[in-house]
Amino acid sequence: MPNQTLRKPAISISPEEYKALAQKYTPKPTFTKNILRAFFVGGLICALGQVIINIFSGIGLTPKEASNAGTAAMIFLGSLLTGLGVYDEIGKFGGAGSIIPVTGFANSIVSPAMEFKREGYVQGVGAKLFTVAGPVLVYGIAASIIIGVLAYFLH
Amino acid sequence: MGLKRAGNQTVLFDNPPVILSSYAVVGPKEGKGPLGKTFNSIWQDQLNGEKTWELAESKMLQEALQGSVKQAGIGKEQIDFMLAGDLLNQIVSSNFAARLMALPFIGVYGACSTMALSLALGSMLIDGGFAEHVLVGVSSHHDTAERQFRAPTEQGTQRAMSAQWTVTGAGSVLLGKKGGGPRITSATIGRVIDYGETDASNMGSAMAPAVADTILNHFHDLQCTGQDYDHIASGDLGTVGLALACEVLKQSGVDTGTEFTDCGVRIFDSTQDVHAGGSGCACSAVVFAGDLMQKLKARALKRVLLIGSGALHSPTSALQGESIPGIGHAVAIEA
Repeated sequence: MPNQTLRKPAISISPEEYKALAQKYTPKPTFTKNILRAFFVGGLICALGQVIINIFSGIGLTPKEASNAGTAAMIFLGSLLTGLGVYDEIGKFGGAGSIIPVTGFANSIVSPAMEFKREGYVQGVGAKLFTVAGPVLVYGIAASIIIGVLAYFLH
Repeated sequence: MGLKRAGNQTVLFDNPPVILSSYAVVGPKEGKGPLGKTFNSIWQDQLNGEKTWELAESKMLQEALQGSVKQAGIGKEQIDFMLAGDLLNQIVSSNFAARLMALPFIGVYGACSTMALSLALGSMLIDGGFAEHVLVGVSSHHDTAERQFRAPTEQGTQRAMSAQWTVTGAGSVLLGKKGGGPRITSATIGRVIDYGETDASNMGSAMAPAVADTILNHFHDLQCTGQDYDHIASGDLGTVGLALACEVLKQSGVDTGTEFTDCGVRIFDSTQDVHAGGSGCACSAVVFAGDLMQKLKARALKRVLLIGSGALHSPTSALQGESIPGIGHAVAIEA
């Protein structure tokens, strides 16, 4: 027989109790695994960068030129692997190890460029290019200005 | 005429509408999942020849809608209303599919609970005497959802362990006033419940209290228990949300009976690297239109309670630090 009495059924749990319960049932991030993978993937990317810089030095570039050319080569590689749909897989495995190096920065600019091309080159690519990298640029540049001013007065 | 209502939130149908046909279309990953064989059509890639993911999602919905009309064997002119919804801004996938179907269209938004909500509304239209046939359909697409709610798809990031994978697919059913097939006997419209979860990568936790609340009220309104159903399926709580909903119900003294599962838990298996399971409008829609409908038609299941679960937030509200309100809508289906 359907029940015709009104209101009362409500789950018997307080928001505080629920919060504790949710914490208990939510799986924790796999920190140890993530840290180890980030260490090795990040190390590998940096080692590859060093090999490329050494090659540039070997063909006669000055250390500064070789370093710039090496960075450019790594940016190219990061962008290429993003375009080929590989870098997101590396990122899933390596986490911070592949996000922090310059290849990760390239990925964070190329992936929105690819994603938003369908909305056109102005409103899509142009407007959305820095959705991921924007905060890094804004606060990176702001921090470098502050440190530059401090260095000027401390020296 | 008496109200066709029971208790606080439940509607009872005098002449339970019949599910005349159902059709499920999914993407490649879903096709490789444990329920792969239960779907009517499996796409080989996420675009299927379309220019954008958004168009692909809309086309998928069209395919599902046309599929269920064809299977029911009735003319399009006999359909009185089309009810559809999806996750995209302004429900464009549904709008574009409705443009092609050219039927009187009611757009529905209930986030991932849209299938259950549309089934309830469609049944009300039919039992209320406003329609003979109602076409229902919903869709979601992994890539359209990722770019709208999260990050560019090619960005190399790690997903949280509690995160769920948006199902690429579309499910549709055709409801009729008379005919043969499983019938929708009652529906419980959920309340928006918010227990303060703010983590958008833990939607199961945000929705679990709402689903528990709807189940509790459904049982209370109809004076029934979990034992009255062979199968209770929530929409897309995932492993985290399902465990939480079970725990909340247990603490509230509700017995969910023998089989309480979740479509999001069933659609992928542990080797598919989806973390806490599937999500999206299509998650419960394709599991219902495929697996559950087949079992109902074969009478392997006699009474099913489907509770669509929805997280009613937006990317803006999440960025502004607001918590995620959840909702659950239940429909009871009898073979």
